[in-house]
Amino acid sequence: MSTPAPLPTADPSAWSMARALVGVGLVCGLLIVFVYEATRPTIERARAEALRRAVFEVLPGAASSQSFEPDENGRYIPAGANSSSEEIVHAGYDTDGRLVGLALDAAGMGYQDVIRLLYGYATEAEAIIGVQVLESRETPGLGDRVESDPGFQANFERLDVSLAADGQTILHPIEVVKPGEKQHPWQIDGLTGATITSNAIGSILRVSTLARLPAIHARLGDFEPKDSEPGDSEPGDSGKEVAP
Amino acid sequence: MVGPTRILEIRTSPHLLSGHRVETIMFNVVLALLPTTAWAIWCFGLKALLVLVTALASCLLTERAACAFSDRPSSLGDGSVAITGLLYGLTLPPGLPLWMVAVGGVIGVAMGKALFGGLGANPFNPALVARAFLQAAFPVAMTSWLPPFGPDRFGSLPASTLAPPFSRAVVDGWSGATPLAASKFGGELSALADLATGAVAGSLGETSGLLILLGGAWLVARHMMNWRIPVGIFTVVAGASALLHFVAPESHAPPGFMLFSGGLMLGAVFMATDMVGSPVTGAGCLLYGALIGALVVVIRAWGGMPEGVMYAILLANAVSPHIDRWIRPRVFGQVAAEGDG
Amino acid sequence: MNADEFWKGLWRENPIFVQVLGMCPALAVSNTARNALAMGLATLFVLVASNAVVALLRDFVPKQVRIATFILIIATFVTVVDYTIQAVSLELHRALGAFISLIVVNCLILGRAEAFASRNGIGRSILDGAGMGLGFTLALFCLGAVREILGSGSLFGVALFHAEFQPWVIMLLPSGGFFTLAAWLMLFSRWRAPDA
Repeated sequence: MSTPAPLPTADPSAWSMARALVGVGLVCGLLIVFVYEATRPTIERARAEALRRAVFEVLPGAASSQSFEPDENGRYIPAGANSSSEEIVHAGYDTDGRLVGLALDAAGMGYQDVIRLLYGYATEAEAIIGVQVLESRETPGLGDRVESDPGFQANFERLDVSLAADGQTILHPIEVVKPGEKQHPWQIDGLTGATITSNAIGSILRVSTLARLPAIHARLGDFEPKDSEPGDSEPGDSGKEVAP
Repeated sequence: MVGPTRILEIRTSPHLLSGHRVETIMFNVVLALLPTTAWAIWCFGLKALLVLVTALASCLLTERAACAFSDRPSSLGDGSVAITGLLYGLTLPPGLPLWMVAVGGVIGVAMGKALFGGLGANPFNPALVARAFLQAAFPVAMTSWLPPFGPDRFGSLPASTLAPPFSRAVVDGWSGATPLAASKFGGELSALADLATGAVAGSLGETSGLLILLGGAWLVARHMMNWRIPVGIFTVVAGASALLHFVAPESHAPPGFMLFSGGLMLGAVFMATDMVGSPVTGAGCLLYGALIGALVVVIRAWGGMPEGVMYAILLANAVSPHIDRWIRPRVFGQVAAEGDG
Repeated sequence: MNADEFWKGLWRENPIFVQVLGMCPALAVSNTARNALAMGLATLFVLVASNAVVALLRDFVPKQVRIATFILIIATFVTVVDYTIQAVSLELHRALGAFISLIVVNCLILGRAEAFASRNGIGRSILDGAGMGLGFTLALFCLGAVREILGSGSLFGVALFHAEFQPWVIMLLPSGGFFTLAAWLMLFSRWRAPDA
């Protein structure tokens, strides 16, 4: 078993090389599996907690949340713990169990790298009521002010994304205007010195709301707590008439 | 055998000496800068004077400290650091807090010059290193401009000038856009006469193109500046911007505006021609000037910032050794033997 | 003599200030003191563990496959650190990003495995790894502290200045890392060799 120090010219046998690689690989693999299993519950708990906190952040008034993903018929069903669907929707409920709104993931290109954000959509008001940046590498001190600047955050207190009458698209897609020129509830005031990043946030929101809100709004009933029966008719909470 | 032992002296180029000493050249550069400096102080008043004095003092003190730190004899006497300080001061916006001016001076001389081994060993122009550092560190303060000929400019100071160290600059009520920013973001052009005489907002020394050209002409006449560098820059900037203006007049400014706005004049005449950072051959200097000109036009036309002279010169500084390697004068055996002797 | 194996990494052969190794994490994640310290400690752990294992297996692994084996060992410990940091703080893991996984290719670690641990006993190798790792951590902390104080006006998140503090934006950018590193290199060379 012991390997005597080989002469400089002598090749070690293929067996000793294989033994070393396979042996080390095996032990290393076992160690990794062990650590993975040991840390997994903690990591998953921390992830879920971070997500829950972000959902509550973008849906003021929410006290509990539940994640949904669409099934093959487009119906939203409660998502499994490990769902990685792109279409996942987090519903937030207040203390009385009523639906406050939905939190949606969105991502797009910023100035430096992809920006990932979560936005809260109030179903009754048909407006965005909160935006939280989950991941960004924007320039510190300039671009990253979109996360901290109170003036910029104020854009998302009630950003109008009402559906058009036919329910197929958004009446006024979100647009970004020059700082201080916001006139309509669907406009976002840009941020001085962070033009590209604030434009990026606006366009991420615009693309995501245009693509997802009409479909989601048509199935709002799926998110109502408990009493959602299959084949439920259109929800009655959006005061306007609903297209068939 | 008695006699002087000849020791082979090994040193880097240049081996041919023009007869000018560093001190004479530096003295003349100061002289050439005087009209611009005086005009800057007249335009912007007391704050300009304070910025210039602080810039000079911080550079001089840093040079002195750096020499002591590295046990070298003081190199204050050759005057090069005074030029650095003066030029650096001229690139700053007039209302910049004095503590920022001092920080830039220390960084420029310590990191841009002393770190590399002092005068002659620095690849980049220290004054521009200082300005580039400030531009990246304090982007808001470095782009807050005050208009020239303000009322009571000799009797009062803007609040931002005297901001205590490490404090934010209080932005005064009126801050005017520079002509370049107005052109890039607002589509307005300033009158050429205003640009040439300096009656516009901008850095201290970027205002009057004519006075800078006057100083440059003085240096060229005394053979203390390589005229090929500014000529290369001006030609390319004028040519390229004329072409762009011809193709798309609504989005690109005419050549006259491009030449006289921003820091182009100061940069081309006094910064790019820094002997340390520029190539040694005539053809190399033309190429180096053309490169700066092209970079300036590219940054101004398509970059995110309105002004690009500083970055253009710093980039060309970095390329300059490669230009020297690429363009070598032909060596004649005779000359080499004489030069050796 | 054994003590010297430890101290050399801290001062005489400091990985950052003297060997100038591992520049990528040193410049990329030293924007706050906390990130720098976490990165340094993660590297310290990997360095000590991999040095120990490499020294232990030095007679078992044939020369021809040693690099592959070293990488395997290092990658294992990096993965362990990766999961541990995720379990401790997701936020920290997000701040350090890919640079935790990139410890695998930090030439400092492979360098010590190849140059030291594969030729020395386990005790000396652990001392060497600990010294080098601490030296790396110290250097990273020096960079991170300066960059956080000037760039954010705080240290470990505790504000040091008044509310009107003007942050030096450049210090949080990669270029600020270069400037800070240059300044520290200058000071360190001067201290280390006063007559150089």
